[in-house]
Amino acid sequence: MNFLKRTIPLIIAFVMGILMAMQYYVPHKLSQDLLEVVSKWDRIIAGFAVFIGAYSLLHLHWTRIKRKVEGWGYSVFVYFGAIITLFFGFLNGGKFFWNDKQEGTMFDWLYYYIQVPAGATIFSILAFFIASAAYRTFRARTNESTVLLIAAVIVMLGRVPIGNYISQYIPAVADWIMAVPNLAAKRGILLGVSLGAIATSLKIIFGIERSYLGGGD
Amino acid sequence: MRKDSNFFILVGTIGLFVCINIFLMASGKLPFSFDGFGVILGVGLTLAIYSFLYKDNPAFKIAENLYVGVSLGYTIIITWFNFLKPDLYDPLIVPMFSKAATKAPQYALIIPSMLGIFMLLRFSRKLSWLSRWTFAFVVGLGAGVSIPRVISAFILEQTKPSLHPVFSGGETIFSSINTVLILLGVISVLIYFIFSVEHKGTIGTVSKIGIWFLMISFGASFGYTVMGRLSLLIGRIQFLLRDWLGILQ
Repeated sequence: MNFLKRTIPLIIAFVMGILMAMQYYVPHKLSQDLLEVVSKWDRIIAGFAVFIGAYSLLHLHWTRIKRKVEGWGYSVFVYFGAIITLFFGFLNGGKFFWNDKQEGTMFDWLYYYIQVPAGATIFSILAFFIASAAYRTFRARTNESTVLLIAAVIVMLGRVPIGNYISQYIPAVADWIMAVPNLAAKRGILLGVSLGAIATSLKIIFGIERSYLGGGD
Repeated sequence: MRKDSNFFILVGTIGLFVCINIFLMASGKLPFSFDGFGVILGVGLTLAIYSFLYKDNPAFKIAENLYVGVSLGYTIIITWFNFLKPDLYDPLIVPMFSKAATKAPQYALIIPSMLGIFMLLRFSRKLSWLSRWTFAFVVGLGAGVSIPRVISAFILEQTKPSLHPVFSGGETIFSSINTVLILLGVISVLIYFIFSVEHKGTIGTVSKIGIWFLMISFGASFGYTVMGRLSLLIGRIQFLLRDWLGILQ
C-alpha cells in the first residue's frame, strides 16, 4: 500500500519532470504534440481543481449558517450570488450549458453590473488604505527609508499632470527611475528567484522535496 | 443610542439612494430597462463598498459577500465554457453519447478526467491518498516545464542586456552610464541576497549599494501601485458621475 501511496506519486513526478524538461530540447513535431497534449490535460485537471475551491468556500459559509455564528446572515448572500450566477450561467440564454456560450445573456449582465463594479471598487478602495498606511509608516528615519520615500514620491508625481507643472524634469526622472535602478533591482531579484525556482524544481523531480504529497502515510 | 443613530444613517442613505434613482428614471437620465437597473445595482454596490471608508457596516458586508458569491459562480461557469467544455466535454463525452457526432471520442482524455476525479477524492478519508497522484502529475509537469524555460527566459535573456557593451558606437554618454548603473545594480542586488558570506568589507559595501537599489525599486513599485489604484478610483468616480448621474459627458 505504501508503494501506491508514496512511491507511485514520486515516480509520476519524476517521469513527468524529466519528460517535460527534455521536451524543450527536442525540436520535433512529436515533442510539440506532447507538450500540447499534457498542457490540455493540465487545463482539465485545473478545471476540476476549481470545484475543490468552490466546495471549500461554500462549506465554510454553510457551517457559518448552520451554527448561526455572528453575522451568519451575510453568508446567505454568498449562496444567493453563487446560485443566481450559476443558474443563469448554465441556462446560457435558453441554449443551456452544453451549447457554446451565448453573448448578451443574464449571466453577462451579472458580470457587468455586479462583478466588474464591485471588483474595481474593492481594488480602488486599496488606494485609501495604501495612502493611510504610507502616511503612518513612511518616515524618513534612515537613509534607506528616505531613498524609498523620494523614489515613491517622484514616481507618483511623474505619473500625473501636476508633476509636470511642478517641474518638467519630474516625469523624466520618474521614467529614469523605472527604467534604470528599478529595472536593475528587479532583474537581480528575478535572477535570484529563477535560480531558486530551478533548484526547487530539481528537488521535486528527484523526490527531495515532497511537501506537495501532504502529511500522513 | 449609537446603534439607533447608525440604523437611521443606513436607512436614510438607502432612502436617499432610492429617491435619486426614481428621479433619474422619471427624468429619463437612466433608461427604464435592464441596463438602467444594472447601472443602479452597480452604483449601489460601489457606494456600499465605499461606505467601508466611514466604518464597517451591513451594506458593505452584503456587497462584499454578494461579490464573493457571484465571483464563485462566474469562475465555475467560465471554467466550464473555457476549459472543461472545449477540452473534455466536446471531444470525449459528446462523441461517446451522440449519434450525430462526426469525430471519434478522444479516449486519452479519460486519463486527465480520472486525475481530476482523484483530486476531488481529497475530501474522502479512505481514498484521499489518490489525490497525491494528481498533485504529483501537476507538480512534476510544472517543474519539468519550468526548468528550461526559466533558464532561457529569466536567466539568459535577463543576463544578456545586463552585459551590454558600454561603448559599441552610437550611444549617448547617458545611455552608457545607465548601462553601467544597471550592471552595478544587478550585481549588488545579487550580492545582497548571498547570505552564506558575511556582509563585511567589500562585500558589505557592495551589498549596501544593493540595498539602495532595492529601496529605490520598492519605492517605485509602491508609487506605481498607488497610481494604478488611483486610476481605478477615477474609473469608479467616472462611473458614478457619467453613467449614473449623467453629469460628465
